[in-house]
Amino acid sequence: MSEHPDRLWRNPEPRAGYDVVIVGGGGHGLATAYYLAANHGIRNVAVLEKGWLAGGNMARNTTIIRSNYLWDESAAIYEHALKLWEGLSAELDYDILFSQRGVLNLAHTLQDVREGSRRVNANRLNGVDAEWLDPDEVRKFCPIVNTSPDVRYPVLGATLQPRAGIAKHDHVAWAFARRADELGVDLIQGCEVTGFRKHGNKVIGVETNLGPIMAGRVGLAAAGHSSVLASLAGVRLPVQSHPLQALVSELLEPVHPCVVMSNHVHVYVSQAHKGELVMGAGIDPYNSYAQRGSVHVIEQQMAAALELFPIFARAHVLRTWGGIVDVTPDASPVIGPTPVDNLFVNCGWGTGGFKATPASGWTYAHTLATGKAHPLNEPFALERFTSGALIDEHGAAAVAH
Amino acid sequence: MLLIPCPWCGDRDETEFHYGGQAGVPYPERPAELTDEQWGEYLFVRDNPKGEFAERWSHSAGCRRWFNLVRNTATHEIVR
Amino acid sequence: MRLPEGGRIDRTKPLRFTVDGIEHTGCAGDTLASAMIANGLLTVAPSTYLGRPRGIFAAGVDEPNALVQLDDPMQLATTVELVDGLAATTLRGKGRLTDEPDAARYDKRNAHCDVLVVGGGPAGVAAALAAGRTGARTILADEQRELGGSLLTENRLLDWLADAVEELDALPETRVLTGTTAFGYYDQNFVACASKTRLWHVRAKHVVLATGAHERPLVFVDNDLPGIMLASAVRQYVNRYAALPGENIVVATTNDGAYGTAFDLAGRVSTIVDSRSEPPAELVNRARELGIEVLAGSTVRQALGTQRIGGVRVGDREIACDVLAVSGGWNPAVHLFSQSQGKTRYDERKAAFVPDKSVQAQHIVGAANAVYDLTGCLDEGFSAGIEAAKMTGFDGEKPAAPYTAREVITDPHPVWFVDGPEGRQFVDLQRDVTVADVRRATGAGMRSVEHVKRYTTIGTAHDQGKTSGFAAIGVIAQLLGAESPQGTTTYRPPYTPVSFALLAGRDRGELHDPVRKTPMHDWHVRNGAVFENVGQWKRPWYYPQPGEDMKAAVLRECRAARTDVAVMDASTLGKIDIQGPDAGEFLNRVYTNAFAKLKVGHCRYGLLCKADGMVFDDGVVMRVAEDRFLATTTTGNAAAVLDWFEEWAQTEWPDLEVWFTSVTEQWATIAVVGPQARVVLAIVAPDVDCSQDAFDFMTFKDAFLADGTPARIARVSFSGELAFEINVDGRAGARVWDAVMATGLPTPYGTETMHVLRAEKGYVIVGQDTDGTVTPQDLGMEWIVSPRKDFVGKRSYQRPDATRPDRKQLVGLLPTDPDELLPEGAQLIAPDTPLTPPVPMLGHVTSSYHSAALERTFALALVKGGRQLIGRTVLAPLRDRTIAATITEPIFYDPEGARRDG
Ligand SMILES: Cc1cc2nc3c(=O)[nH]c(=O)nc-3n(C[C@H](O)[C@H](O)[C@H](O)COP(=O)(O)OP(=O)(O)OC[C@H]3O[C@@H](n4cnc5c(N)ncnc54)[C@H](O)[C@@H]3O)c2cc1C
Ligand SMILES: [Zn+2]
Repeated sequence: MSEHPDRLWRNPEPRAGYDVVIVGGGGHGLATAYYLAANHGIRNVAVLEKGWLAGGNMARNTTIIRSNYLWDESAAIYEHALKLWEGLSAELDYDILFSQRGVLNLAHTLQDVREGSRRVNANRLNGVDAEWLDPDEVRKFCPIVNTSPDVRYPVLGATLQPRAGIAKHDHVAWAFARRADELGVDLIQGCEVTGFRKHGNKVIGVETNLGPIMAGRVGLAAAGHSSVLASLAGVRLPVQSHPLQALVSELLEPVHPCVVMSNHVHVYVSQAHKGELVMGAGIDPYNSYAQRGSVHVIEQQMAAALELFPIFARAHVLRTWGGIVDVTPDASPVIGPTPVDNLFVNCGWGTGGFKATPASGWTYAHTLATGKAHPLNEPFALERFTSGALIDEHGAAAVAH
Repeated sequence: MLLIPCPWCGDRDETEFHYGGQAGVPYPERPAELTDEQWGEYLFVRDNPKGEFAERWSHSAGCRRWFNLVRNTATHEIVR
Repeated sequence: MRLPEGGRIDRTKPLRFTVDGIEHTGCAGDTLASAMIANGLLTVAPSTYLGRPRGIFAAGVDEPNALVQLDDPMQLATTVELVDGLAATTLRGKGRLTDEPDAARYDKRNAHCDVLVVGGGPAGVAAALAAGRTGARTILADEQRELGGSLLTENRLLDWLADAVEELDALPETRVLTGTTAFGYYDQNFVACASKTRLWHVRAKHVVLATGAHERPLVFVDNDLPGIMLASAVRQYVNRYAALPGENIVVATTNDGAYGTAFDLAGRVSTIVDSRSEPPAELVNRARELGIEVLAGSTVRQALGTQRIGGVRVGDREIACDVLAVSGGWNPAVHLFSQSQGKTRYDERKAAFVPDKSVQAQHIVGAANAVYDLTGCLDEGFSAGIEAAKMTGFDGEKPAAPYTAREVITDPHPVWFVDGPEGRQFVDLQRDVTVADVRRATGAGMRSVEHVKRYTTIGTAHDQGKTSGFAAIGVIAQLLGAESPQGTTTYRPPYTPVSFALLAGRDRGELHDPVRKTPMHDWHVRNGAVFENVGQWKRPWYYPQPGEDMKAAVLRECRAARTDVAVMDASTLGKIDIQGPDAGEFLNRVYTNAFAKLKVGHCRYGLLCKADGMVFDDGVVMRVAEDRFLATTTTGNAAAVLDWFEEWAQTEWPDLEVWFTSVTEQWATIAVVGPQARVVLAIVAPDVDCSQDAFDFMTFKDAFLADGTPARIARVSFSGELAFEINVDGRAGARVWDAVMATGLPTPYGTETMHVLRAEKGYVIVGQDTDGTVTPQDLGMEWIVSPRKDFVGKRSYQRPDATRPDRKQLVGLLPTDPDELLPEGAQLIAPDTPLTPPVPMLGHVTSSYHSAALERTFALALVKGGRQLIGRTVLAPLRDRTIAATITEPIFYDPEGARRDG
């Protein structure tokens, strides 16, 4: 009955040292480990995870995958991810339930329409599939969206990325984990990094609750906890940690054929493979590591959802939860070296890093293997906050999930 | 739904407030004299501790005053 | 079968209902499940994935099998109150959404109290009585229709309960909310409670959790057959509803609790199978007296039967039965406690996770605290109620207990699963997950409960693991050879499912987001305006005349403004009254240009940037007095700008004496635009000399209009034409607008025409021609960036990225074909760029229009190094065609500014 293989991973004891130690066993950490081994032949690698593998944001996100970002730098890395997603089930020999059912980003104001068509035009030139739909076409693509002109913020159109969709987060994490483990990577759970061993300005290992572990290079992939870890090494990151909540309904017969996101009314929702509606809420405004948010955020989310999907009124919320999202000032990630030698960081994916998982791992593995950025992650270095060359995906892009 | 003590109005629901991030980061006295690194740090980098955090709130749907408090970001307990 | 007597149902009130189309009759007081059982209906829809027969298993919110579709897609038969005409369809795990309208009105209510008691069983009722009697504001919430909890199942202390209910009703500061589930426990004792149509936000000074306990199932071969039910459920159906699920019952237990079921059903119970080798002698003797055989140290290994249980195998024996009442022990219902961040620990003796440490101002009592004897529950309840009241400033005596018999509860002996085919030992009935599945998960390398949950889907169904969660933990522990269970998965709100509609409340439709309308709104409606949403405002977009499309209407409106006179309702612009001796100094620090020396009676256009130097807002500021300014903002940004001002004034410059008030609604504004504007003014404001010599550009005058209305008239222009803005008290707005229109001269115009007119002049719209990444220099507005003073964000212009020569700059575009309209949002490339992705882009079109004045199309765009490219051609590749255009200065009309003076 289970969709999962009989063998996933060993549960090894940590060794004294590794060529590369990755801190954080979420999707990004696991993908990085896999690509280090698979693309670069670096197999003396450990992933240290303080809890259970992929139990952080990887287990909590709403699994929306798309690459229709506005700016060239973003489109390049997210589209690289999307191409990898398209081959991932086969490559990892694990059905990750990647469903390219299409993502709609709705426009509700004239300015939304301008921004939508700007993004569609940019996407096309960047090789990202994108279409503009008028309200009638929106209704055809997703019949349950309320496209009546009489609502508070009528749907004026939408962008559609047909190749976008959803995947099953656990499958993805476990698929990377299983392959990495097969290639010799040690996945060590219940192992919390509590400090760094340094030699001058150089990191040579990490302290953990299971004892010290030496490392040639250390790569942080700790999402919401990135600031906490970086500060242990004396590095301040342009990141703030916030709760982001999501919820599911009971299992329902299929009603919702695609993924719908609306920036203005603030909804993003899909129906998962088993039948539950999966919906993300808005970000809670305050800093928090508590993995929970406030209930009024959920209430607002429901009100917004019913504006767009009156048919959901009688569905029930079965479970709500929260993750810790690492938000940067420009809503774009940071991947690259830090001011401390041999210490690298991959963080700041905020509310939208699931979709980037394979490309994040791909480029970060390259960076950890060579000490240099891959062309795709070069623009995402920390220096941009000094130079001002931000990649601002707030204003002109859709919601960042 | 946090319960936030406004020094002027007393305990009120979080929905009446606006969050302002880390407290105690003044606008630099003479920005022109800062290096790009220092200015970038002022613009974009704030503390993000897990634990007690001195932060700013504004009672935007009440008295509209800004004030500081210390809250634990791991437990949401308002310390003072 | 319905018993002839007993129960809390009203046999004089029959209710008809259908299940899967077949009609039955129940009684008032029934749940759907009890009525089904009374009608001999135990079997429900087959299981979700394996299609195995399933029956009603529990009697409350922990039911895994009896899912039904009503109007709602998924309900539990065990919690649905029977009403006449109810039509239920049993469900195989999936519900169906329909768009039938829902007449219910969902609403929300805030409540503040001293003591909130959750759970109306004996412990909760005791706590509420104790607290309520002190005068503390007390709320008692219980999910069930009536208070009593386990007392109703066990038929105990019903007289005391009746008295207590009466007293609670009478206590002036106590409110009893039945049918109301506390489903979410948030920070600082904020508890969300749901009744059918009302969502309660309760903020309590102290909370007493008396949430009871859930009975656990037993895991053995074919433990999913219909007829296998929780022992307490069987007892509840019989005692509370007089509904008898079977005639020949076997009880299987690991603990004392199920003996009560056996005793209450004596005569119909043949055997008690107890996992403990030495069950308490007292219970065993009592059973013997009642003719019930007790098999100690035994477990049921297998259920027999195909469609419904026909017997059980215990050791080598087969015992016939039509109902097997199981009790695998009890789980304190720590859901809310855990949501409140309370910590649990595993109690070996009680074989359960029990509350360990509260984090919030809270007590947890009774079965929720793993106290299972009635005396103990009452005692804890009374104590907690009094303590809670005392902590919130009240005082009183702990009430005397109505019942003090000592009951010894003997430790259970848990059984996690049995030897035998593991693929038929069900851990999660709704998800069809068996011990074999759990073994696969642990075999694959999974150690954490969370992983096993995800691998197998245990605990993810409608009941969120209320019956299966602990069973799984036990099985995992045994499979991994752990000494004891290792911890639960995290409890998350809601405790039981809550409908989307209830959470949404009334924030739907019109009330989803308030609609803001100007005082002249009705006129616009009457005169056929098409509206645009701008922020929360409704703004006239254009005013089509019969037979006109948008293009024709806008061209006509533009022509009127350029050649005659036209008027626009500009009331939505944000307006902030800024007062104080340091107001000028303040504005100097936040605007890029200087304000301190602006003369009273004069206006100045100002630009606001964020500290990163990017354009944030713009607007005209008037100096009303030495110590008073009126700043206007863009329509959508008014609140953000006010926040911005207050934040800087309060947090950075508290020494400045300056205050801010939003006066957006207090003013109505009419822009009178065009060469004939003075003619209109002369009629509407005859006392104002608006001649060129008497009324300078960028000045304003306070005056009275013809009808005596006080007005502030400003000579500002966002179109390049001669223009006046008449500002009046919002309440006079409609009247003055009528007066303006009564002159018979002006053409009304909307936002689209306003956009065209300003674009012809190269004036930007913040948010349309900027996107948070654009500096004033990018817009060619160096002139407004003061070199002499500092202001917020100025330092940012020295950063390397701000000085790049290839930054995107505002330019104009003239399509080669003057009839071709560039779509806004079109991307621009250099000619001869190969169209193989990624195609290097130069920028994009931000604004694009047909111009009546130019008799052609034109556009504004942000283009990399654009000012160096003036005169060059760019291409806009679109899906179906490519448009060529020439880059120009971003000003198309009257570059000398000759028209400003009319
Ligand atoms: C509710 C929600 C919805 C979302 N929806 C989407 C979406 O639809 N689409 C999308 O693309 N993205 C979405 N995201 C964002 C996405 O989940 C994240 O960007 C992404 O998962 C982050 O990368 P990760 O998987 O490596 O992080 P995580 O899974 O959080 O991994 C970080 C790991 O680091 C571990 N760690 C932390 N500190 C230490 C330490 N000291 N020692 C050892 N280990 C440590 C943590 O335990 C954790 O397992 C959503 C996020 C949330 C919370
Ligand atoms: Zn206040």
